Amino acid sequence: MSEHVDTLTHDDHASHEHHGATGILNWLTTTDHKIIGMSYTITSVIMMLIGGALAEVIRIQLTTPTGSLVTFSQYNQLFTMHGSVMIYLFAGPFAFGALANIIVPLQIGAPDMAFPRLNALSYWLYLTGSLTMLAGFFTTGGAANFGWVGYAPMTDSVNAPGVGTDLWIGALLLTGFSAIFTGVNLVATIYYLRAPGMTLFRMPIFTWNLLVTAILILLAFPVLTAGLIMLFCDRHFGTHIYTVVGGGSPVLWQNIFWFWGHPEVYILALPFFGMVTEIIPVFSRKPVFGYKGMIFATLSIAALSLGVWAHHMFTTGVVLLPFFSIMSLLIAVPTGIKIFNWIGTMWGGQIWFSTAMLMSIGFVITFLIGGLTGIYLASPPLDFFTHDTYFVVAHFHSVVMALVLGAMAGLYYWAPKMTGYLLDERLGKIQFWLLFIGTQVFTFPQYIVGLNGMPRRMALYPNNPEWQTLNVWSSIGALMIGISTLVFAINCFYSWKRTPAGDNPWDAHTLEWFTTSPPPHHNYYRLPKIRSERPTWDYNHPDKPALVHGHNHDGESS
Amino acid sequence: MKNEGRILLGLGLFFLIMFGFYWPLSHEQSGSTMMFFAVLLGFLPGGYYYWWSRRMKPRPEDSDDADMAESAGFIDSFPGSSIFPFTLGMGAWMSVMAMIFGIWLAIPALSLIVWALLGATAEARRGGHR
Amino acid sequence: MDSTPQPPQGSPSRSRRPRRLAALIALPLTALLLSGCTVPSFGAKKSDTVTGRSTYQLWQGFSIAAAVIGGFVILLIVIAVIRFRAKGATIPRQSQYHLPLEIAYTIIPIVMVFVLFGYTVVVENKVVAEPATPYQVSINAFQWGWKFSYPGTNALIVGHTTQNPMMLIPVGVPVHYTLTSTDANHGFYVRDFNFSRLAIPGIKNEFSFQAIDTGTFNGQCTELCGLYHSLMYFRVKVVTLPEFLAWEKKFDTPAGAAAAQAANLVVEQETSSIIPTKPTGTTGTKI
Repeated sequence: MSEHVDTLTHDDHASHEHHGATGILNWLTTTDHKIIGMSYTITSVIMMLIGGALAEVIRIQLTTPTGSLVTFSQYNQLFTMHGSVMIYLFAGPFAFGALANIIVPLQIGAPDMAFPRLNALSYWLYLTGSLTMLAGFFTTGGAANFGWVGYAPMTDSVNAPGVGTDLWIGALLLTGFSAIFTGVNLVATIYYLRAPGMTLFRMPIFTWNLLVTAILILLAFPVLTAGLIMLFCDRHFGTHIYTVVGGGSPVLWQNIFWFWGHPEVYILALPFFGMVTEIIPVFSRKPVFGYKGMIFATLSIAALSLGVWAHHMFTTGVVLLPFFSIMSLLIAVPTGIKIFNWIGTMWGGQIWFSTAMLMSIGFVITFLIGGLTGIYLASPPLDFFTHDTYFVVAHFHSVVMALVLGAMAGLYYWAPKMTGYLLDERLGKIQFWLLFIGTQVFTFPQYIVGLNGMPRRMALYPNNPEWQTLNVWSSIGALMIGISTLVFAINCFYSWKRTPAGDNPWDAHTLEWFTTSPPPHHNYYRLPKIRSERPTWDYNHPDKPALVHGHNHDGESS
Repeated sequence: MKNEGRILLGLGLFFLIMFGFYWPLSHEQSGSTMMFFAVLLGFLPGGYYYWWSRRMKPRPEDSDDADMAESAGFIDSFPGSSIFPFTLGMGAWMSVMAMIFGIWLAIPALSLIVWALLGATAEARRGGHR
Repeated sequence: MDSTPQPPQGSPSRSRRPRRLAALIALPLTALLLSGCTVPSFGAKKSDTVTGRSTYQLWQGFSIAAAVIGGFVILLIVIAVIRFRAKGATIPRQSQYHLPLEIAYTIIPIVMVFVLFGYTVVVENKVVAEPATPYQVSINAFQWGWKFSYPGTNALIVGHTTQNPMMLIPVGVPVHYTLTSTDANHGFYVRDFNFSRLAIPGIKNEFSFQAIDTGTFNGQCTELCGLYHSLMYFRVKVVTLPEFLAWEKKFDTPAGAAAAQAANLVVEQETSSIIPTKPTGTTGTKI
């Protein structure tokens, strides 16, 4: 089937409507980026539910100083799999596989991803990888139990003899390749399949962020894959890359892991930054403030993120402290630019508090808290006394819960485009308040208990019963987050085929809102002229273009 | 196409500067190696894009005032559907299982992979499914 | 006291409101700075070591900066959300760039970052300094306990999980520590010293600090090291120098050593009820 991209008169396109296999065979054989993206979305949201369920068990265990809900061994498996599922199987694939897959080709006016078969392969690797990792729970030794970072030597054949560890490694190999293929696909799509007039500096910020994310994937993920293969050799083929006895070094794993791991943080975060940057302007009815500054900020975050990996290793005593300290602190600058740009976008706008917008504002505030506490951790002396305590746990949970808020914002915003139906706003607002307040109730006690000296990955704290109150509060917050997720699940069922959305329910700016909801097989029957980064807005409001230089050239009525 | 190249070249240059600071300051081998290859990962594709962008016709997607009609016509073939990604995925999964549960699983794994590669190649030569 | 960087100012072109806002923020700040020691702790502890106190002051400085920036940004968000909520179907002005403003909120954070970095380097150099001292402790971490030995003397304390060891150190003099691990990664962490360091197999970590007051402090392993990671406690008892020297002498006779050993083991009441026997295997114990 060949694809033509041209103007509105393309009537044989309708006959190109895909009439292939239906049902399960359609799902197995599809190469349509939208169906693959939906599969990614559903799979990763299920992974989020699984990871969340594990987290709730952890939080129940910690409500008493000597909780007896799970054993030590089970507890280690729980937090390892919670972290692994959330990072490797939910946040990453959701960020660059789910919404990116659906939205990026639509936003640049492409008929599909550049390599549709590779795209499908990415999904199958992701799905099998996810099942492989979870299968660890059903092996005799249990699932992986060394923390999601898998520090050597806890992963060697002495400390972790079980099959669960091998399954964990195998799963990461599969999902790692899946991510690399997605990265290749995104870069190729964005570089080669843009519609005429869609120059790089007219692309929506979401697509920009996905481009940068994809480049980061290509820089970072091969390192992890190589590290995992070496780890597998250590475990089974008698090499001594990470073991001291054979002349290896456990710190090598930390270097390799974090050389992947810190860019990974931004691989997770940048797509959500992008989503929020799409949503805030639409619901403020203004163009994004400082569009070029946003792109500059994204690129500098990406560049800096590869030079900060050892701030996770300040307390190992073998890293160059000032170098990594200044690089890490500098990341605050582009992130700050982004936050000010979001506020600048809202400033002077007409803000419509839809669920997506509320989630986005919640994202900005929560991310601000996570970012500010991150500044402490970039300072080695402060990291020395908070490293591996709940302060760090709270810091990155502020960040990742902000990403969850961003993910929800993206789902509420793009659900009409994905399914053709709006998600219910009332349930959405209930979910938002539960999620937002729950997140703060969940993280703030953790900051305090961390400063009081509670280390992370503790199954119990028998000597410090005074930490119980704070932990109970944290668990209450976790419960609220859990309930908010249930509200989301209910909303998905409740809103199924209830309120048809129409092509452009939000009066949005970007190209994906120009086509039907959901889009036809190869996305577009027609495309507008692309003369700015808001082609759909320009088409609908030809008299309201973005002002070029702020308020000095005021040639229009408000 | 020039800007696409410049992004990668710029990232490569940034990593080169970081490498220039990091290696002399720390003499730490693993991080320096990884950063050095990050430099190459910026420069190789970036340099290629930039080199190519000077030799190719300007593309409508790089021009500020292009019309949709400018890219009308055959741009590429997109498969409507294909079973081979699934086959290849299952093959890859089984080869990972072979690493863990026994090398005999490599036989079905390799068969699936070979089948998928042959099938996908044939499919691509036909110009997509159906 | 640490100086605090300036909060990000509003647009230079808009006059009254931002200046009033800046004054609003600057006033309590200067009040805080003038009153010196009344700066709140922001949740951290003042610490019992000299370097730990520097870290604590750095913490206060960072906290003030974070509170000011965070407060300012959240205030902006709240103002934006209240003032610019939709009041009708009108389309607002489509302004997109404001270059001076954008440059301002790029430059000001960079300046702030370098100020924070400057203070970080100053404190960091104090924290990682290793002054020459005759008092040495070598710490060895293992699954799941600690061994504290004192080079040049016979003093040695070993304990794990149900009977955790207590490390004695003298007050008022710098003590030098070497930290090693025999099996897995462990974290040497004393909350009241505002300090932690990882013990990694194959790496000898060295650091030094000087206690200010006598007392007993809790320490704990912070890096996941396997099954009984949660029970890997230790104590640090800071005593006067004569007491410390006398204590070291006790180990010169076998009987004295045994007594001193026993006296320096803390039987963990709670833990003992959880794992009654000495942990050996790596199988799950019901807790």
